Amino acid sequence: MGDMVFYLFALMTVLSGFFVVFSKNIVHAGFSLMFTLFGVAGLFAMLGADFLAITQTMVYIGGVLVLVLFVVMMTRIPAQNLPKSSFNRKIPAGIFSVLIFAIVFKVIGGTEWNVLPVDAPEATISMIGQKLLTEFIFPFEYASIVLLLAMIGAAILIRERKIDDDEEVQS
Amino acid sequence: MLHEHYAVVLLFILFGIFFANLALGAAKIFRPRSNRVGDKGVSFECGELPVGSAWVRFNIRFYLIALFFIIFDVEVIFIYPWAAVFKSLYPALGSLMFIEMMVFIAILVLGLVYIWAKGDLDWVKTLSKRDGNKEVSGA
Amino acid sequence: MEIITKLLTETFGLQLDNTGQLVAGGLTMALIMALVMATCAIVWTWAERKVAGFIQSRYGPMRVGKYHGALQPVADMVKILGKEDIIPDDADKPLFVLAPIIIFIASLLPWAAVPFAPGFIASDMDLGLFYIFAVSSGAIVGILMAGWASNNKWALYGAARGAAQMVSYEIPLALATIPVVMRTGSLNMNDIVIGQQGGIFHWNAFHDPFLFVAFMIYFISSIAEVNRGPFDMPETESELVAGYHTEYTGMRFALFFLSEYANLFLVSCIATAVFLGGWNLPVGNAVVLPGLVFLAKAVLLVLIQIWIRWTLPRLRVDQLMHVCWKVLIPLSLLCLLGSGILLMVSGEIAA
Repeated sequence: MGDMVFYLFALMTVLSGFFVVFSKNIVHAGFSLMFTLFGVAGLFAMLGADFLAITQTMVYIGGVLVLVLFVVMMTRIPAQNLPKSSFNRKIPAGIFSVLIFAIVFKVIGGTEWNVLPVDAPEATISMIGQKLLTEFIFPFEYASIVLLLAMIGAAILIRERKIDDDEEVQS
Repeated sequence: MLHEHYAVVLLFILFGIFFANLALGAAKIFRPRSNRVGDKGVSFECGELPVGSAWVRFNIRFYLIALFFIIFDVEVIFIYPWAAVFKSLYPALGSLMFIEMMVFIAILVLGLVYIWAKGDLDWVKTLSKRDGNKEVSGA
Repeated sequence: MEIITKLLTETFGLQLDNTGQLVAGGLTMALIMALVMATCAIVWTWAERKVAGFIQSRYGPMRVGKYHGALQPVADMVKILGKEDIIPDDADKPLFVLAPIIIFIASLLPWAAVPFAPGFIASDMDLGLFYIFAVSSGAIVGILMAGWASNNKWALYGAARGAAQMVSYEIPLALATIPVVMRTGSLNMNDIVIGQQGGIFHWNAFHDPFLFVAFMIYFISSIAEVNRGPFDMPETESELVAGYHTEYTGMRFALFFLSEYANLFLVSCIATAVFLGGWNLPVGNAVVLPGLVFLAKAVLLVLIQIWIRWTLPRLRVDQLMHVCWKVLIPLSLLCLLGSGILLMVSGEIAA
């Protein structure tokens, strides 16, 4: 039963991931990203990482995906006239993807995984809260600085473009 | 093994798919066959034939709002575990844990103040500048 | 969930192992929640029109059914069943078909963690409140999908506005619940309700001024979150025809409509559980007819939302964003600060 559910989520993640990469329609690719992200959330939930699973849903489906969709909808590339990638671009792209795959494969294979017993710890959230406030207090405060920089950076980037886009934006 | 509480969520999803399709299937039995005569398949644009494609570019502000949302969303996700342990850890850590969180929030409020002061939160800022009328953005 | 599994195994005498109990109980709860959603759509469409009629000094539906048009929603349902199914020629067909299903599922999922009565909650998870906010954000993707797939200008503008509005208001919505989480020390919906036992001044909304302000922030943001007036920018009839579901007909439209009214009730149920003491009575510790007490509070909140919709004029987009980012978010952060200090000073948590 548990295995079956695992394969369901894994299949969902991988298949929709393939669709994201190979779909000619960029909007379809964006929407199928939702299933990829949801499949990953399901895998987290199966591992007993309930906080991560819900965070994944909230931040990635509710936030990042909406952002991606806005971007995709802003690009205004008609679905049929995607620029054809030429052959001499595909060769370096292929080489790099194989290289990245090899590196990731090597890292995953070479890591000594700290395998925990199957029973997931109860009440993950209080553990996370405790660790954040004691052991990981520096990364915790550091995260807020990263978020601050991201916010300011986003504001500056968009402020510079505002004038060019003004004539044709709608709604 | 799949955690029991999340198994229920999965069951809810499966049932939701089933129920939605059941409703659509029931409607399929009762409704008349679609006769697509005339301009029935044309998308609605106040009775006129649509001009151009609807797939236009969005205002870049929507993008900005989504970005700010993600940043505050992550902030909320950091606050939730803290709030959940506030009561139980307070005896051990004292007001230090409150101050730690307030520093975290204060840094982000700094960002909010910045985008506020720079006018990135005003929806019609460019409009008001062009007209030389600052009050348009108000309300 | 416990009540349902008990009912299934003892009253109906089903012989089930653990997995079987889980599956049967879960599916039954899902069925009940889907029926709750359907009932919402039936009752609230009627109530909305009657209240609107009352506010505008007219009758509202009177003909169908003997009493004040009581069967009007049933007539509407029959009408919707018989409606032709039209998918526009220019629409993006797979997404057009998928969008209502996604929106329906996104509005069914949060019901799994709503505590109607002791033991009557589908999934009593630790992170209940967090889960509710997370899964209901799936509706944003559904709305964008519907708007894009329709290939209709009104639908797309409505969807863009709806998505921007919903993501914006999700922040004050979540921030307003944090003082409650601090006071309860848990995100579990059952724990939150049980923590409010002992009369009206133990309910979170009336416990102290900061929590009352937090409740108000939650209530305002929840109206915006379900796209209802005065925050119904995504569906403004006068400029966007019907918003993101302009092109939808028949049952597909009904799924949108169902989800909308179910969400209206959902946010009221969450407000009841988180701020208004859930199934607890205003006086005393006794638990009497918990389900009915819970529903009575939630229904009252829905009626207030309908009242607000038919009383206040609609906001402009810039005002909408102004209220969210410049009023509600700073205010909810202040509430967080204030109620944290109050918790420490008042000695409610041991130092």
